[in-house]
Amino acid sequence: MSDLQQEIQPKGAKIKGNKPVNQLEAANRFIAASAHQQMHDQRLWDLRKKRDAQMHLIPEWEELRDLASDIKSHTLDHLADYLEEFERNAKANGVHVHWAKDAQESNQIIAGILKEHDAKNLVKSKSMLGEECLLRQHLEEEGVTVIETDLGERIQQLDKEDPSHVVVPAVHKSRTDVSKVFVKTLNAEEGNNDVHYLATTQRETTRPYILNADAGMTGANFLVAETGAVVVCTNEGNADLSANTPPLHIVTVGIEKIIPKMEHLAVFIRLLSRSALGSPITQYTSYFSGPRKGGEMHVVLVDNGRSTRLASHKFKAGLKCIRCGACMNTCPVFRRSGGLSYGSVYAGPIGLILSPTYNVHKYRNLPFASTLNGSCTNVCPVKINLHEQIFAWRETLAEEKELSLSKRIIMTSLGKLFAHPKAYRMAVQTGDKLLSYLPHFMVYNQLNTWGRQRDIPTPPKETFHSWYAKNYMKKGKADE
Amino acid sequence: MSSREFILTQIRQSCHTERSEAPTVPFFHQDPANIVDKFKQSLIAMGGQIIETDPQDPYKFVKEKIAQSKIICSVVPEILGNRHLTETTEPKELQDIDYGVLRASFGVAETGSICLTEQDLFINTLGYLPQHLIIFLDPKQIVENLHDAYARSEWKQIHYAALHSGPSATADIEGVLIRGAQGVRSLSVLLIE
Repeated sequence: MSDLQQEIQPKGAKIKGNKPVNQLEAANRFIAASAHQQMHDQRLWDLRKKRDAQMHLIPEWEELRDLASDIKSHTLDHLADYLEEFERNAKANGVHVHWAKDAQESNQIIAGILKEHDAKNLVKSKSMLGEECLLRQHLEEEGVTVIETDLGERIQQLDKEDPSHVVVPAVHKSRTDVSKVFVKTLNAEEGNNDVHYLATTQRETTRPYILNADAGMTGANFLVAETGAVVVCTNEGNADLSANTPPLHIVTVGIEKIIPKMEHLAVFIRLLSRSALGSPITQYTSYFSGPRKGGEMHVVLVDNGRSTRLASHKFKAGLKCIRCGACMNTCPVFRRSGGLSYGSVYAGPIGLILSPTYNVHKYRNLPFASTLNGSCTNVCPVKINLHEQIFAWRETLAEEKELSLSKRIIMTSLGKLFAHPKAYRMAVQTGDKLLSYLPHFMVYNQLNTWGRQRDIPTPPKETFHSWYAKNYMKKGKADE
Repeated sequence: MSSREFILTQIRQSCHTERSEAPTVPFFHQDPANIVDKFKQSLIAMGGQIIETDPQDPYKFVKEKIAQSKIICSVVPEILGNRHLTETTEPKELQDIDYGVLRASFGVAETGSICLTEQDLFINTLGYLPQHLIIFLDPKQIVENLHDAYARSEWKQIHYAALHSGPSATADIEGVLIRGAQGVRSLSVLLIE
């Protein structure tokens, strides 16, 4: 067996109530599981490469990104109008439309619809909003059996873990990790790590739940105001099964998912799966504008902090996100630290900017889990300025006094150093000299976090400042 | 105040923008000449299959394929199945079908997708519960790209339609691609008027 198949899967961040999540601690444990870390890194980088290959096949790719970004900006500027238009059209098609201002109300509405229909068994396709609202936990407390029908999501449900990625929820697990979960929960053959066997086991054990469900639930990738339709993109066909088999279909969707017209839908469908998985389209792109024959359809429009975020000049653009996960796949920090290390529903670059809007104290460490390299911004299909927002969060956290003690100490001393040019230059020169002469163990040790997993660059013989002073300035002027 | 009023009021207080028009989207047409070939290539790349026709009997391959299966449900007049759907058939009754045979409204060359509306499906689960699907598609009904696809009139006439691009698939475990996740295990297209 390979190292990956023997190594135990590292668990995610330890959540302690409202205390700040220690992403670094969980990331270190993930990195220590080197076979998992390498598999994760390679798998996501592979998705990034496939995305690039798709991008190069579409001459109008950048034009599509601009359009997508402009459509989202326009829609956010007229969000209330488009939501009203959607509601009007959906109702005319026979859809019941509900409004929920927060997670709690959304959960209550959904539980209420199920109760009204005496529905005890719910099959559900993947929904990040559902995760955000802790919907499954809420419904289970109300006595409803909830079965996830997406393979990755089902693995995570059975392992009592959160999804670690918005598109591939179990990407951090090896086939052995999955096998262990299925042996424990689905009565799978012990030691059978064949991926086809594992996928078939899930297919065959989930199907009876789908056939006997009282209700089906899906999220939504897009809402089209013009036609009052819900659009869902999946590869497994599980959303279509969940929505079309039971008599009741409930959709839960964030209010920012709306777009004005069908012509705009084409832009997003062309970008979504290419950005996410590097495939031209998802296997199923499904369109629900009313209940099926003999069925009933409900749409729950959920705010949960979105309308407040809309008012923020700095962080509003986060509402453009179409949850493709491209920013995660390209992020060096995410690929090496694993999605569960973030301890939040949304991980990776998009998680760094969304999570603090839900709870600034709890997620105050996340905006620092970035190298600010800007790769996330470069791949974002709707052109969210991710790395700029990550930086803006660091400023905001400093202003709101939400920096950790160690960061405050470093900032205060660096602040003093930067305020005194002479002292700063001396420190740089001394540092460079020291780096050249210090023995290896003194540079690469526990105290120097920069020396972990990377080589410290060779210091230049001379600083730019002293070179400039020597060549272009009169002697003695350089320090002023 | 109802939650609806609360949310709409909050949003209206957050946005102070003058009314502007939504961006218009071009059609980005490129290569209308090889549309059928492009469709075939794209469908195969998505894991679907193209059924080659026999000039003597265009349905020969389909008939052979379904002759080996037990339960066949056809909603096209050209093929006779042994499972018949009626207005009162429940969606879950389609669970034991081996082959579903139906005709798609249109195809999309860019992505190899076929559009199945609720009218094409007769019962929506016919697209998902059978183990395999055979789809008839008129080559004249293939459009170049998704912009053309979403400009079609079908969307405004139905309550449900889906673009199927090959069979169901998953790569959730170690990135290994598996055809046949929750929906059908294979999807074959016969290009015929």
